[in-house]
Amino acid sequence: MKTLKNIYENIGLPRLIIGLFFIFLVVTSIVLGFSPAALFSDVLRRWLMYGTLVLAMVPGIQSGIGLNFGISLGISAGLLGSVFAMEISFLRNWNEVLGAGAPWLTLLLALLFGIIMAAILGTLYGMLLNRVKGSEMTVSTYVGFSVIAFMNIVWLSLAFKNGELSWPLQGRGLRNTASLSGSFGGLLSNPDVVQSTQPAWLHWLAFKIGDFTVPLGLILVFALLCFIIWLFFRSKLGIAMSAAGENQLFTTTTGINVDGKRIQGTAISTVLGAVGIILYAQTYGFLQLYNAPLMMGFASVASILIGGASVRRAKISHVLIGTLLFQGILVTALPVVNEVIEIGTLPEVLRIIISNGIILYALSKTKGGNQ
Amino acid sequence: MSQKTNVLQKAGSFLFDNKVMIAFAAICVAAIVLSGSPMTFIVDGVFTRITRNTFTVLALIIPVLAGLGLNFGIVIGAVAAQIAVFCVVYWGFGGFSGMLLSVLIATPLAVLFGYLVGKLFNRMKGAEMIAGLILGYFADGLYQLLFLVIIGGIIPVNNPKLIISGGVGVKNTIDLTGNLKYAIDSVRMVDIVTVLFYVVLAITAIKVVLHLLKKYQLHKGDFILFGVVGLLFGISYIPVIERFLSTDRLGLLDALTAVLIVLAVVQIIKIVKSIWIDKKPAKNLVKPILALLGYGLIFGLTFIPEIENVLLFVKLPVLPFLLIAGLCWFNHKILSTRLGQNMRTVGQSQSVAMASGINVDQTRVIAMIISTVLASWGQLIFLQNIGTFSTYGAHTQIAQFAIAALLVGGASVQKATNKQAIIGVILFHTLFIVAPQAGKQLFDNAQIGEYFRVFVSYGVIALSLAMHAWKQFKKEVQPPTEGIDLGNSALSPMAEKQQILD
Amino acid sequence: MEDQYLLSMNNISKEYYGNRVLKGVNLKVKPGEIHALVGENGAGKSTLMNILFGMPVIYSTGGFEGEIQMSGESTSIDCPHTAMNCGIGMVHQEFMLIPEFNVTENIKLGREIGEPTAFSKIFGNLLDKMNWPQMSRDARKALDSIGMMNIEEYAKVAGMPIGYKQFVEIAREIDKTGIKLLVFDEPTAVLTEGEADRLLEIMRLIAQKGIAIIFITHRLTEVMAVADSMTILRDGEFVARKDVKEINLARIAELMIGRKVDKLVDDSLLRSRDLSDDKIALEFKNYHVDMPGERVKGMNIKIREGEIFGFGGLAGQGKIGIANGIMGLFDTQGDVYAFGKRLDLSKLGEALRNDIAFVSEDRRGVGLLLGESIERNITFSAMQIKDEFLTHIGPIKLLDKAKADQHTRDMIKLLDIRCTGTSQAAGSLSGGNQQKVCLARAITMDPKILIVSEPTRGIDIGAKKLVLEYLTKINREQGTTIVMISSELVELRSLCDRIAIVSEGKVFSVMKPDDSDAAFGLAMAGVREEEAA
Repeated sequence: MKTLKNIYENIGLPRLIIGLFFIFLVVTSIVLGFSPAALFSDVLRRWLMYGTLVLAMVPGIQSGIGLNFGISLGISAGLLGSVFAMEISFLRNWNEVLGAGAPWLTLLLALLFGIIMAAILGTLYGMLLNRVKGSEMTVSTYVGFSVIAFMNIVWLSLAFKNGELSWPLQGRGLRNTASLSGSFGGLLSNPDVVQSTQPAWLHWLAFKIGDFTVPLGLILVFALLCFIIWLFFRSKLGIAMSAAGENQLFTTTTGINVDGKRIQGTAISTVLGAVGIILYAQTYGFLQLYNAPLMMGFASVASILIGGASVRRAKISHVLIGTLLFQGILVTALPVVNEVIEIGTLPEVLRIIISNGIILYALSKTKGGNQ
Repeated sequence: MSQKTNVLQKAGSFLFDNKVMIAFAAICVAAIVLSGSPMTFIVDGVFTRITRNTFTVLALIIPVLAGLGLNFGIVIGAVAAQIAVFCVVYWGFGGFSGMLLSVLIATPLAVLFGYLVGKLFNRMKGAEMIAGLILGYFADGLYQLLFLVIIGGIIPVNNPKLIISGGVGVKNTIDLTGNLKYAIDSVRMVDIVTVLFYVVLAITAIKVVLHLLKKYQLHKGDFILFGVVGLLFGISYIPVIERFLSTDRLGLLDALTAVLIVLAVVQIIKIVKSIWIDKKPAKNLVKPILALLGYGLIFGLTFIPEIENVLLFVKLPVLPFLLIAGLCWFNHKILSTRLGQNMRTVGQSQSVAMASGINVDQTRVIAMIISTVLASWGQLIFLQNIGTFSTYGAHTQIAQFAIAALLVGGASVQKATNKQAIIGVILFHTLFIVAPQAGKQLFDNAQIGEYFRVFVSYGVIALSLAMHAWKQFKKEVQPPTEGIDLGNSALSPMAEKQQILD
Repeated sequence: MEDQYLLSMNNISKEYYGNRVLKGVNLKVKPGEIHALVGENGAGKSTLMNILFGMPVIYSTGGFEGEIQMSGESTSIDCPHTAMNCGIGMVHQEFMLIPEFNVTENIKLGREIGEPTAFSKIFGNLLDKMNWPQMSRDARKALDSIGMMNIEEYAKVAGMPIGYKQFVEIAREIDKTGIKLLVFDEPTAVLTEGEADRLLEIMRLIAQKGIAIIFITHRLTEVMAVADSMTILRDGEFVARKDVKEINLARIAELMIGRKVDKLVDDSLLRSRDLSDDKIALEFKNYHVDMPGERVKGMNIKIREGEIFGFGGLAGQGKIGIANGIMGLFDTQGDVYAFGKRLDLSKLGEALRNDIAFVSEDRRGVGLLLGESIERNITFSAMQIKDEFLTHIGPIKLLDKAKADQHTRDMIKLLDIRCTGTSQAAGSLSGGNQQKVCLARAITMDPKILIVSEPTRGIDIGAKKLVLEYLTKINREQGTTIVMISSELVELRSLCDRIAIVSEGKVFSVMKPDDSDAAFGLAMAGVREEEAA
């Protein structure tokens, strides 16, 4: 009896409810006659698609800045990197010159640009957060919003030649959604893209078993990122960073510069945000500019909280479980709901309620009590 | 000499204290010049937006004073108002009585919501703003669930004008023309005066009864108020004035003239008082006379054709402005009550307030209820003026824009006044009106201007929050080690629990 | 006659989580009397006052035993509000003032005088209009009655000298109707000498009006100057109630301190060593630490190699600041030398790199990563400072889990840490075991100098003995110089070679463990023996 209670306490009420809801949705959809293979392919795809963005929360939380709503900064860096890489690829005509290698080079270049910009922005952002200790979340939310609003102006002012990116017949301004089909879209995850554009020896990157799609390339990349972060938090630097996030005084007395560690944590989080959005875009097949990333930070925050993280501590397992549950519900809810009542927007409503509800719950847990 | 430096110092500190406002005013002027829009268009637009938005911005002041910070939770007040509007439109009510019904439905809802939000905030002290923000989104989700799924899906509602053709969910926009549109704006001045007269009559009657029961002491002010209102009511029967008052809109020129006349009368009374009643030396006369000269100058300016054109062009709905003035008066008055003093104390220091026997949690909840109710009324004013009710969009940006406006006026997380709210609304919405045009002129792209104003509204909040947090952080000294004996052992079970939860 | 007393608290006992902090204490105060309540830190004065005021902390931890009588009648005080209604007021050590408010507003805080309006008749007195003229008059009267003619009732409190703030606090208590008993908690601690004299004068003035005063202070000279009688507490026990006329300073000091010195450490370890004034391990020269509440203000002392050196003294006098300064938590001035080498304390971790390790007095706040495993806690410092427990793969330094695990298990065995395993979170251990983890972390650094601050605070007797024995052991066997900072004189006297008593941020005197109780008591109170005579 006691162990049962322990298990319950370990899981926590919200995760239990969400977990049971997910199982209920899966069972219902299978009962309703949906193909389990297609359903699980979709869940897997979404899981990997959002995974890195959620992973980006870990260094932020561990280094003590709390839930990084300002991940939009990293997202913007990643998007900028992508559009620059695509424009260069277009100007240099890589598709003609390099053939199958072109999307790879574009992807690498996008990552490179994104990471460099994110590292710089993240460092500055970390410095800001050190000055607003105690209110990081409130400030970072609005810094995140401001960055997206600022990027809107940037997107509107960029004058690119690549027709995929810019509006036709206009000198400047980028599209709301730019298709990546001619570029790195689906390169790691979409069997059709891989089969049609890549040489045979790369066909293992994404393939189908019956109805079930295995985006092996993406799985490997995501697993690698998780492994790197896991390893990082077992290194001397990572251990010091965790300590800085857990107890500033303790860490200071051990001769470690807490503020420095917080800046590093913020920068890593921001870089992961940039990598995350590029992987997201490559899976999705489209680059979403303007206001699309506005609430992505919230989704990431909600995911890791659902996974069991708190405002102060997070683990890789929280990322994996949280993203699976959160995205899983959103994927499976749509067909189930459509079967019952025809409201296409219900999953969206669900997303809003679940994500904000869980964040509220987590906040009430940390700041509870008087004074 | 010393006086001169004093003036300079004062000017300097005025500039410093109002730096946000001044910077924003400069941006506004630049944008106005760039846009090249006619002043009639801008002034008219600004006044329309003052009508719509000021009430909501004023609703933010009390939570700031009570130490709850910027109330991002006013979205919830707006939601209460929108539920009420939906009901009223569905039941087929309209006009001023329909509006009254909306108020009757929205108010208890807002009280309930405000109470719940206040309770929640008491559980999250120190994180009210982020909690309010998230709560706003959460409430939006529940609202969508209600309007998209429950209405029609669970509660059968049959009205093709309101419901999506499938029978489930409310349409994207609800046209308020013919029912609630201008329900407040179009109340005639005569009616206002009449109602005002009867209300004051009733209040005075109650006071007299209380006085006779020896429970209340009548004083001079009560009679003066009754006299003034009675006089106003009386002259409204003079045909010329009756004709003037029988419209619902007041020309800006007329409004300005009226305000100047009232102010001038007040100053003249002061002069008369100091000469014939107080018999004070002429020193006391300087200010009133200067003020009178100032009013004269302003009145003179209205004869400049450019200005006169603008003033003649703009027509103000009377009742919303009276309501705004009333709310300013309310914000001011509430502070001179015990409740207001308690709020200020709680806002300054919760621990001191608690030690002085003030019920901190209750005071905070009351502040949230007041703010939520006011926000719901503000949303009603907004919706009736705009005339179309965007079911899923009308409330989403309300907190964002209201807070940005308040901050632009020079308010901060801990300090806000009526004046800052009004100046903020004027500046913020001036920018809103001219930014697209300015963007078009400057970059040949109106959208850049639009994005710029959104950026400004987010940016000003981010900046203000960061400055507040910075100040707080600097104030915070290292935790004192004194008194650890007791403090730590008394707290440790809680700390332990925290750890387990983590 | 019982009823000659305004307040009598009879046979009061109180427990916090199984720890008895008050054991049958009596406190009796007559009307118009200034009654001093004296005792060391931890003697139970604050708990007694918390009970008197019905503070929530008492009731949330299971209440208390005993009886409180006001004017001979048994009274139950279950919340601060009841205390106020009984006419008991408190002048707080940390001011309960709002800087942004003016003097009148502060004096009337929570007790504003309202004028009923038509609205408040209907909606309740929360909507009363504030009657500021009346309140200003009251404030003026209260200020005048304590002789503070020069404080303006409309001045803002922010920016006033500290003494004035204290007087505003007093005026607030005086303004309360029916005030019978006023508690002054360390009122002179923050005041300048002139202000303190003024305050004592005001206390006499108040007492003359027939209001009783309970005066809590560490300054025994002030007690002698102003009090009529006193109650002495020691270790939560009632020692004596004396009239000031029948006692002298030395006797008070003796009563405060006096207790039998328990043998906390095994005799076999207490062999004498060769301590030489030529071999100095740690030296402070004009050392300042800017730690709020525990400031060190110009300390000079030399600590010999191989010595166990103690710092004692009352809370707030600066002994805690000594270690926190070296640890780098607060800014320091002056010079600190370790084995002749000057330490640059502005550099983080400087002391650790020079073989000085610490055990903090604030276990949960500074000493531990509560959410992390025992293993992480024990190995952290050595890993970060000395690169131990790491495997190097190129430039990357990764945790050597096996090594860390082994070492942790050794430490668990060595110090008898009661836990479920190396991965148990430090936060879920008991206080004593947490302290052992802190100690294990420090000795993992293999230090030449070990500074332990309040090593036995809040831990059970078994753990206490083990910790002290272990400290002696590494001192004797490895020659580690130990600097021990403690509020427990007994502990210092049973272990140390020399003890420096810290008063007002300086070393007041360096004493031997076998000096008399009275000598220690006077030194703690900051009184020279010649003064006491």
